[in-house]
Amino acid sequence: MTDADTGRGAAPSPAPDHRAAARRRHARSIAGTLLSLALTMLGLLLVTFIIGRVMPIDPVLKVVGDRATQAQYDAAYQAMGLDRPLVVQFIRYLGEVLTGDFGRSISTGQLVVDDIRRVFPATVELATLGTLIGVAIGVPLGVIAAARRGGAIDQVARVVALVGYSMPIFWLGLMGLLVFYGILGWVGGPGRQGIIYDGMVPTVTGLILVDSLIAGDWGAFRDAFSHIILPASLLGYFSLAYISRMTRSFMLEQLSAEYITTARVKGLSERAVIWRHAFRNIQIPLITVIALSFGSLLEGSVLTEIIFSWPGLGQYITKALLSGDMNAVLGGTVVVGTCFVLLNLLSDILYRVLDPRSK
Amino acid sequence: MNQTRRDWLLSDAPQTRRQARMGALYQGWLTFRGNKLAMLGLIVLVLLIGIAILAPWLAPQSPFTQDLAGRLQPPSAEHWLGTDHLGRDILSRLIHGSRITLFIVGTVALIAPVIGLFIGTVAGFAGGWADQVLMRITDIFLAFPKLILALAFVAALGPSIGNAVLALALTAWPPYARLARAETLTIRHADFIAAARLQGAGPLRLLIRHIWPLCISSLIVRVALDMAGIILSAAGLGFLGLGAQPPMPEWGAMISDGRTYILDFWWVAAMPGIAIFIVSMAFNLLGDGLRDVLDPKGSGQ
Repeated sequence: MTDADTGRGAAPSPAPDHRAAARRRHARSIAGTLLSLALTMLGLLLVTFIIGRVMPIDPVLKVVGDRATQAQYDAAYQAMGLDRPLVVQFIRYLGEVLTGDFGRSISTGQLVVDDIRRVFPATVELATLGTLIGVAIGVPLGVIAAARRGGAIDQVARVVALVGYSMPIFWLGLMGLLVFYGILGWVGGPGRQGIIYDGMVPTVTGLILVDSLIAGDWGAFRDAFSHIILPASLLGYFSLAYISRMTRSFMLEQLSAEYITTARVKGLSERAVIWRHAFRNIQIPLITVIALSFGSLLEGSVLTEIIFSWPGLGQYITKALLSGDMNAVLGGTVVVGTCFVLLNLLSDILYRVLDPRSK
Repeated sequence: MNQTRRDWLLSDAPQTRRQARMGALYQGWLTFRGNKLAMLGLIVLVLLIGIAILAPWLAPQSPFTQDLAGRLQPPSAEHWLGTDHLGRDILSRLIHGSRITLFIVGTVALIAPVIGLFIGTVAGFAGGWADQVLMRITDIFLAFPKLILALAFVAALGPSIGNAVLALALTAWPPYARLARAETLTIRHADFIAAARLQGAGPLRLLIRHIWPLCISSLIVRVALDMAGIILSAAGLGFLGLGAQPPMPEWGAMISDGRTYILDFWWVAAMPGIAIFIVSMAFNLLGDGLRDVLDPKGSGQ
């Protein structure tokens, strides 16, 4: 789903007498990153703008209704600035988006920003728990698979990843609901909370698990947990498939390096060699992988949210899509795209900060 | 000369260019055949293509005939995989749906790499300004969340199978462009390019005759590995109602049909999902095998 070929490499380590030059280079590369961030965001907005223009739905009709006279229609047409050149419209669109104005959603009647603010925490909560599950299982699995290459655990890891790459996520979600909710009754059903707890916990962060802990309401916490665990495990499985594969290949690369042979010759235990030497060196690229995986879960949750009636951004966008509510669709797309871009930037920055070679 | 065909193919000193090419292909095939899982993937896909071609003869019933009296029947001797909410035979719908799946995957797998190949090689070969602009555009598309972008495209263009293909292709090309550019950069200054240039070959000829053929093998590997992802995305669009429209027997849409009945009539949604899983697994296995054979870092070309 995500592309590992980001072409990111550590900056060459500077010699002591070239520090100033290295600092300049560093500053320039940061400026370059920021510039490309700005360009990417501009591109994102341009694409959403164009999509908004080519849509077959007449935005004016949506505002004035079917029975408006031609004069009313024309007035609305002008008021919305649709008679101006496209460039002017785009600049106006940029201005609106930058001030957080995505217009009003036609289906909910609310400002799109307010809608997104309401639904986004649900998606974040789901994606975060999913990533945590993926990391908690995927990283150790990948490390062990690399350490015992060709062994039983390596084979298991391979099958787990292969199945993960081949499985339609929405189907697995349906089957999960059937088995764990319908037949076994181990988890809560669709939705974020049971009916009795709905709206009982005061909203602080918007993350129900956290909010119910803050309120000290254990019942609500258990209820929320029983609802989130199945979709989160599902997302966690997909992130696990990716993370374990990447961890394994990073580890194999390290384990074939000469310093590992040296460490072994020194008589260090295998455990120390793997976890203290090799694993330390893969932590930095691993952070990039985890950030990318989190980003893809934010997006990948679209289908999961539909299956589990999860009131998050994915469900919001899809519902808006099906009812032709373009403001909501574009607003949601911009938000998810921005998160994506920012996560890329974040992993880039972490890479620079954590990798001692780039200092 | 008592030569078998195998000896001819495996000859260390091929007499003609054709013999050398056939020999290289044969050796690749031998490597591929050694990989049992990849062979399994290939067999499944050959079967799938056969099923798609012979669909009208293989399917026990029409995929569209409704039988409301016999709706939601469990798998039985008459309906091997049961019937759906309109009493249509699920097996027949799956068999006919294989055509749609192959159509979507095939078209996307043709369009996206060609766009990528074109943009990537032109960027890498031209260098300078053109390279900067083209790669910046590629990066912008890479930074997008793919599924959401595809959703927005389909929403704007209107849901249909053609638009789903278009949306998937538009979101799938950037990695190919990156790959083709990287390949181009490694061979741009090679001696054989300089030689061809000295013989008077123009940039277009260099690009088409000398650079494209060398990019193909790594692109093929990448396409084979991406096929499963394309199938899953296409099924996802179908599931959301943005791909093939009813009553077309698209597998993703069939899962969506069965969703309402999942707790009592599980087979309606389960069967198409299993079909999707098998096919995308086969593509993944095939892709892994092809990578071993065509890996550009190997001895290959």
